[in-house]
Amino acid sequence: MKRMNHKIKGGLLVGASALSVVIIVAVVVIILLVIILQGKDRLTWEFLTSFPENGMTEGGIFPAIYGTLLMVLIMTVAAVPFGTLTAIYMSEYANESSIISKSIRFAVRTLATVPSIIFGLFGLGFFIKFVGGGMDNMFLGGQLKWGQPNILWASLTMALLTLPVVIVSVEEAIRTVPRELREASLALGATRWQTIRKVVLPGSKAGILTGTILAVSRGAGEVAPILFTGAAYYLATLPHSLSDQFMSLGYHVYIMATQSANVDETLPIQFATTLVLLLLTFSLNMVAVVIRHRFRKKNK
Amino acid sequence: MKEIKISTQNLTLHYGSKMALNSISLDIPEKKVTALIGPSGCGKSTYLRTVNRMNDLIPNVRISGEILIDGLNIYDKDIDVVNLRKKVGMVFQKSNPFAKSIFENVAYGPRINGVNDRRTLTEIVETSLRRAAIWEEVKDRLNDSALGLSGGQQQRLCIARTLAVNPEIILMDEPASALDPLSTSKIEELIFQLKYDYTIVIVTHNMQQAARASDYTAFFYLGELIEFGKTKKIFTTPEKRQTEDYITGRFG
Repeated sequence: MKRMNHKIKGGLLVGASALSVVIIVAVVVIILLVIILQGKDRLTWEFLTSFPENGMTEGGIFPAIYGTLLMVLIMTVAAVPFGTLTAIYMSEYANESSIISKSIRFAVRTLATVPSIIFGLFGLGFFIKFVGGGMDNMFLGGQLKWGQPNILWASLTMALLTLPVVIVSVEEAIRTVPRELREASLALGATRWQTIRKVVLPGSKAGILTGTILAVSRGAGEVAPILFTGAAYYLATLPHSLSDQFMSLGYHVYIMATQSANVDETLPIQFATTLVLLLLTFSLNMVAVVIRHRFRKKNK
Repeated sequence: MKEIKISTQNLTLHYGSKMALNSISLDIPEKKVTALIGPSGCGKSTYLRTVNRMNDLIPNVRISGEILIDGLNIYDKDIDVVNLRKKVGMVFQKSNPFAKSIFENVAYGPRINGVNDRRTLTEIVETSLRRAAIWEEVKDRLNDSALGLSGGQQQRLCIARTLAVNPEIILMDEPASALDPLSTSKIEELIFQLKYDYTIVIVTHNMQQAARASDYTAFFYLGELIEFGKTKKIFTTPEKRQTEDYITGRFG
């Protein structure tokens, strides 16, 4: 009787986990199918390279693609060096058990769990009001230039959001560099910094790259952090300077779905835009996976 | 006894609260091979790593006493560890070439010392590889990855890499323990040649190796230096009972 019980329980567990898997796969497939089927007809070269027209019911999404890529680029330039240096400090210099090291770790973990809209509010308060406003007052006699949303502040806000991703993956990569190699370098009379630069960082190149790509694919899709810090509803021109606003793919979908005069008419464009965004982040993730895989193989 | 190169006086080392070396006093002669023997955990590797201050990297290590190299205490506040390590090279138990070419592995030390001239580097690399008795095997593939070499070749490459910095002392931490007998004998031959120019301190588990390759032998046991003297004497007429028991294989 007891045995029977075990068998039934085991069977139920297998069934339940199989069902969970099926549901998850089904959800992914449905999402992809809906987006691909509804968006594919709109996805033409023309669509990718032209400006929106007619209250966004026609035309393309070029400025949104351009804006997203530019924002992601500035974000990367800010987040990757900053995150890498933090990771270096945590893995090479900080004493694991010290209070400083523990607080940094706690801060990074907290940063990773903060809701993205909070980053948006922080960006508004810190970058735009405090830093930007301060710059205007100090250098432009109060004339409004930096104290308003623009691509720089949006990118920096996004950089904060993706920072934990960079820090964690770079630190992980740095820790895979064997201790023996660090010792070999130090024993040859290299300083700690020389050892990091010539042995540790080259050994964790792939990790830094995957961290970058994961951060980029995360940042490319986020909307909340740029909502108040730089994304624009519609712009007739591309951003020319860091103090210009920009259009972004995620935000574009959001406004077409909620703010458009004629939501139904924009529907195909919404799906096509979503498809572009999805393809962008998906291909970036694939690149990260491939790099990591090749690196692991090389290391064996 | 010959000139003293490394003079150790009352060296005591703690890992946290655990004592790993207990008041070691040991004078290592210049341009000779000194073997450190003893069972695992006896402190011989720990001692070796105090000579180039590799133990500095481990948190919670406390050291008292002195190590004088050419009369200078290397634990003095004014001592630059980086310069010390250029003077005191180290070869590790597990060969640890960088994931770079054979050339760049040997050129690493000179490069961090600011040597960038290609001709000078080429010269240093060739001389070092020759001295480490590996030149003939690798001269046609200097730009290949060092990771493609066999274990024994990698270890000799690591020795060449150490020689390229032009040290006066070479510390070897069981350099042949992971190698086959043929590679081991090549390393031993190499040690035999190197001792004319360098002071060599070698940790080994292999009694025959200590007897064959070294001029002096120090026997460590439980963090203490039990006996030190000419290798011939230690292996034939040791003064202490523990030494005799160990070298005759009664424990350890």
